[in-house]
Amino acid sequence: MSDQTISIIFFVLIIALTLGITVWASRKNKSTSDHYVAGGNIKGWQNGLAISGDYLSAASFLGIAGAISLTGFSGFYLSIGFLVAYLVVLLLVAEPLRNLGKYTFADMLASRFNKSSVRSAAALSTIAISMFYMIAQLNGAGALIELLLGINYTLSVIVIGILMTFYIVAGGMVATTWIQIVKAVLLIAGTLALSVLVLAQPSIGFNPVNLFNEVDSQIGSDMVVPPPPAGLVAGLDVISLNIALVLGTAGLPHILIRFLTVPDAKTARSSIITATWIIGLFYLLTPVLGYGAALFVGQEAIAEQNPAGNTAAPQLAEALGGPIFFAFISAVAFATIVAVVAGLVVAASSAFAHDFYSNVIRGGEASEQEQLRAARFTAVGISVLAILLAIPAASLNVAFLVALAFAVAASANVPVILLTIFWKRFNTTGAVAGILVGLISCVVLIILSPNVMTGPNPEPPLTPIIPIEAPFPFVYPAIFSVPLGFLGCYLGTLLGGRGAEREREQGLQVSYDEIRVRSLTGISNIEQEIHEATPQEEPRTT
Amino acid sequence: MERQDEWIRVERTSAFKELTRQRKAFILPATIFFLVFYFGLPFLTAFTTVLDANVIGAINLAYIYAFAQFAMTWILMHVYVSRANRWDDLVDRARHEAAEDDGTGDGDGRSSG
Repeated sequence: MSDQTISIIFFVLIIALTLGITVWASRKNKSTSDHYVAGGNIKGWQNGLAISGDYLSAASFLGIAGAISLTGFSGFYLSIGFLVAYLVVLLLVAEPLRNLGKYTFADMLASRFNKSSVRSAAALSTIAISMFYMIAQLNGAGALIELLLGINYTLSVIVIGILMTFYIVAGGMVATTWIQIVKAVLLIAGTLALSVLVLAQPSIGFNPVNLFNEVDSQIGSDMVVPPPPAGLVAGLDVISLNIALVLGTAGLPHILIRFLTVPDAKTARSSIITATWIIGLFYLLTPVLGYGAALFVGQEAIAEQNPAGNTAAPQLAEALGGPIFFAFISAVAFATIVAVVAGLVVAASSAFAHDFYSNVIRGGEASEQEQLRAARFTAVGISVLAILLAIPAASLNVAFLVALAFAVAASANVPVILLTIFWKRFNTTGAVAGILVGLISCVVLIILSPNVMTGPNPEPPLTPIIPIEAPFPFVYPAIFSVPLGFLGCYLGTLLGGRGAEREREQGLQVSYDEIRVRSLTGISNIEQEIHEATPQEEPRTT
Repeated sequence: MERQDEWIRVERTSAFKELTRQRKAFILPATIFFLVFYFGLPFLTAFTTVLDANVIGAINLAYIYAFAQFAMTWILMHVYVSRANRWDDLVDRARHEAAEDDGTGDGDGRSSG
């Protein structure tokens, strides 16, 4: 009982802190530009911390530690993939996106195609991806609160959902940026402290090799060695997971939106460096957390509390650091979830309000007030839907759910983003077809997979969702849906070929020459910048 | 189509051509390299057991390979950023050249960094 009291006190403190920041920031949240991209004035290191904050979600802190504690090496794939993905972002996507976009990634597509159909498709995929991601976060939140306060999963999901809705509606992007920064610092401090506690155990003696040796001898070598080859489908499933992980980040709307909050490409670059160091060091510690939990909490105790291992990290904190440290780690995890969900809702509601409501429904006529109101209503709607969908996902691992969100992002957004930057012939029909084919094939394959069609008696820890045997044997769809996304782009481009020629002649579709120059140089207003510019400071390209 | 011509004028500057050449010469091989290196690990672990051998205590080749991916990410990232910061000079030059020239695209011959 006293442990619970301490947890609750810490909880109230952290929530008060984050809400305080929100209220402070909401006073500055006056224009749509502030709401969507914090006015484009975030510094590189701040943005790097904010990217880390967005990225290090419940999946990283709760999910990966849990997966490694229960399954060993295969959980570490998630850490590697989540990190290497930043090379795709940095080398291929970040700067062109920064140079072409304005508020959302649909703006980047619209800079080339300028068609309401492209905006609608992009808004749809943004909302779908954010939804998958949010389900994962709420799932982690439910498990955490269940452990902490003993209230049940469903109720905790609802409470957390309401809290964060308040948050975003009041604060917008300025608030979520600051919350991400505060939270990133807390999360890293918490992870470091927890890792030091693990390494300080007498059997480890600050030698990481001993950690592996202990797991090998105490629990078994199959916790350290990669799982043995298990045939073609299982093998391809591993590849499929890794495709989603390494490509998915480059299609995540709430990460992409972060490159639009900085004033120029150089700042975008430096923020990725900060982010990649923080994120990489964090992931390097995930085996310490996961194996530490397996050794010092015990796999049975972890699985008993949450069959997917989602509470391994807080349980480890309790076992090694006592009730106060447990409360601190739980509060950090809680702040993590609230902050990430806030970022997701901003991305999704921006997509709806800016891309769909303002540019498609209102033909670009909506006033800033109307857009803000639409964004807030959407934020509420999206949160409610995510809460409802998170409730049946109780038995799934957070990191696994996020991996599915990555698959959707990799299939629906990544082909279109890459081809918009690099393919000269690409046209409007191709972009729309690519998003829709990638999105629909990925979601349909997930529904037909053993994740959803679990059969009547699924293997534990899964609980039956739809009691039909899955017709599609793969757990991860990316190996099929990503190529399908590219194929959709290609076939759509062929199909729209003649129409696109006409559009180009009429000046409705921007020429690839312009896109190429803009994406590589950041020049947006050519007359002004070439003729009048004595190039000193690159103007903010909006 | 005057606007279009302006963009083409930037494209034709020697600095812009140099920029695209240098970017391609770095980004294409770097991307192929990191993708091959990245997918090597899941391929080898999902279809073979060659990475199961222990190297340091119970730390096996698969973990060593995994840690090498962290190193690769950080190294490649810094190499890219140091190059990209130099490319910014080429962007400035392309801007100058486009402003000075009217279409022939011969800029000053300052060597690129």
